[in-house]
Amino acid sequence: MATKTAIKNTSASASKRLDVKKTYKIYIDGKFPRTESGRFYALKDAAGNVIANVCRGSRKDLRDAVVSNRKAQNDWSKRSAYNKAQILYRIAETLEGRKTQFIDTMMKEGYKESNAKVEIEAAIDLLIYYAGWSDKYIQVFSAVNPVESSHFNFSYPEPTGIVHVFCPQNQALLGIISHATPVIIGGNTCTLVVAEKHPLTAIEFAEVIHASDLPGGVINIITGYRKEFIAHASSHMDVNAIVYSDVDQEQRKTIQINAALNVKRVVDYSKEETASPYRIMSCQEIKTTWHPIGI
Amino acid sequence: MKKKSATKDLKFDTKWTYAPAPESADHIQLKEKYDLFINGKFTAPSSKKYFDTINPATEKKIASIAEANAADVDKAVTAARTAQQKVWSKISAAERGKYIYRIARIMQEKARELAIIESIDGGKPIRESRDIDVPLAAAHFFYNAGWADKLEYAFPGKKTAPVGVAGQIIPWNFPLLMAAWKIAPALAAGNTVVLKPAETTPLTALKLAEILQEADLPPGVVNIITGAGATGAAIVNHPGIDKIAFTGSTDVGKIIQKSLAGTDKKYTLELGGKAANIIFEDAAIDQAVEGIVNGIFFNQGHVCCAGSRLFVQEGIAKEVIRKLKDRIQTLIVGDPLDKNTDIGAINSKAQLRKIKSLVQIGIKEGGECWQSDCDVPSKGFWFRPTLFTNVAQSSTIVQEEIFGPVLAIQTFRTVEEVIEKANNTPYGLSGGIWTDKGSKAFQVSSKLRAGVIWANTYNKFDPTSPFGGYKESGVGREGGLHGLSPYLKLY
Repeated sequence: MATKTAIKNTSASASKRLDVKKTYKIYIDGKFPRTESGRFYALKDAAGNVIANVCRGSRKDLRDAVVSNRKAQNDWSKRSAYNKAQILYRIAETLEGRKTQFIDTMMKEGYKESNAKVEIEAAIDLLIYYAGWSDKYIQVFSAVNPVESSHFNFSYPEPTGIVHVFCPQNQALLGIISHATPVIIGGNTCTLVVAEKHPLTAIEFAEVIHASDLPGGVINIITGYRKEFIAHASSHMDVNAIVYSDVDQEQRKTIQINAALNVKRVVDYSKEETASPYRIMSCQEIKTTWHPIGI
Repeated sequence: MKKKSATKDLKFDTKWTYAPAPESADHIQLKEKYDLFINGKFTAPSSKKYFDTINPATEKKIASIAEANAADVDKAVTAARTAQQKVWSKISAAERGKYIYRIARIMQEKARELAIIESIDGGKPIRESRDIDVPLAAAHFFYNAGWADKLEYAFPGKKTAPVGVAGQIIPWNFPLLMAAWKIAPALAAGNTVVLKPAETTPLTALKLAEILQEADLPPGVVNIITGAGATGAAIVNHPGIDKIAFTGSTDVGKIIQKSLAGTDKKYTLELGGKAANIIFEDAAIDQAVEGIVNGIFFNQGHVCCAGSRLFVQEGIAKEVIRKLKDRIQTLIVGDPLDKNTDIGAINSKAQLRKIKSLVQIGIKEGGECWQSDCDVPSKGFWFRPTLFTNVAQSSTIVQEEIFGPVLAIQTFRTVEEVIEKANNTPYGLSGGIWTDKGSKAFQVSSKLRAGVIWANTYNKFDPTSPFGGYKESGVGREGGLHGLSPYLKLY
């Protein structure tokens, strides 16, 4: 009874109770550091009120993220297809349980409730879709090649390596899922620069993957201004591919010019359907192995 | 004392010498002057300029070759576009395939002539052009021909359409093979082509143009224009080109990738390499030695996937290096047309200069240089097979592609160490593994970051087998099913 009273007493004064506001930090290597730059930008609601001070990520954050991607890449690419599928499925399960939270957050960022609901459900279903490809795309896109000489020869896809992803600006959650999932299910690790207007959803998604057995460094999430990352990400010598779908013409050109520094693969996801194994294949390399047949 | 004599170098050339066995070249047909092959006809260049193609084994001129300028490139692209829209896309896929089969057949009929011209113009031993380059080139046409009416089975869930006009720029190390490798899938997928062979080796591509005429391939479907870097740049930058396929150096590949920035042109790049050839203690050593020799001295080492970095496990290093030197001593360097020749002429004076300068750098940086003491002819461009020991990961000759008969040898102790060393390069085209243990071969092959892995073999090629690199060795694949997608729009 005493406890109940105590709660009642607290809630009785709830009208005057101060909210505990959340600090949104970035997500690198399975941890939530502040941006190394110490900079922030104010995220505002439709009425112009500040909702949060969001990390304005920097070049140094990107570098740290790529180091962590590289460290995580070998282990992640060697995980079994079954294991990777289960981790993706687990992310979907966790998201399903936090639907209400995500709808709230997306509404804070300007979504209508109905649209937020449609988007989160589509995002969960897309996760399940790609989880299912994990142990299938290699079968579908591999080949045993009937060479003329006496050799056993086969070709199969392997991850390209580290992928930098510019997530679409107009989607809070679906853009992250549709751009990051095909990349990681193929054994790559990635760093996401997320939608400027939807950093809260992105960081709450980081909390979801943090709680879903996805190893640190497989997905790193940086919030901030996209334009500050175009040149740095595309000229980073340890990034193997760049994925985008809505960069402007000039940014696209910058990315493509810089990509030539280390022959990065440049992938435009807008040319491929949201749910498609060809999204996975665009960040894959085909390896062909020969071995003699005989004694 | 006895022991000392047992380790003395084997002298295979003291007992007997090989009598010359030159391939007769009197039946080949070459013109003194070659024009540009545009819209089905040989056409004089608007530049009015011609350059010489020479025989690198004799330094004598073989023929005058037209130099295409931007106006010529424009003519070729226009012809290709018209042919694509009005002819090639209108005929049925099965008929398209039949044209490509025809080309393969005529190439087989003329195989001997093509092989001789390839060796005269490029310097490669006739044994290689006869047994590898030309038969493989014909096989590429034969393989791809069959795809023309079966593309709907190649890409699950997708329909296909041709990309349009393909601009193709090929190197001098496998002139005819590269032409076939590029043209055959492009045609099978329904595209038309503007192809530029390398300026030092244009002849077999021009002979191929004659074959295309003989096959009645509709005018403009394939255009072959000659010239150097400026001609290539004009192709890359022409707005009427839908797709670029380039094989060549990583430096030029990067320039091309950069100049395509901001356009909607598709591209594939087959670039340089610095492949690790790894010999484990449990390997069949004599086979491995053959594999090392084939890996680095095939085609004078002018091979992007050459096994130019040898990694030998410490316990067998002495034995492998001794056997390797003995074997290299027996290699015959000389007349490309002689059927006994193992290593032919270096393709050009410029390439010879580059090889020499990198070898000098290797010596300057402290590498121990060993060369075969075989005879080489007095005229022409030659380089003796060369080994380097005492080199480090950071040595220039370990990092840079030499594109010549020069092998850098390093040793290692553990599997983890050699994987780390093998992958410590910006390149990722190919790699070799020699071991009798299957599980080890699979482990290492899956950890090498390279597009083609040869286990207990090296430098094998086939039209059904995709080829292409990771990292700075290129983008995309050529050959096999995977080599079709760069020439198709999937929707």
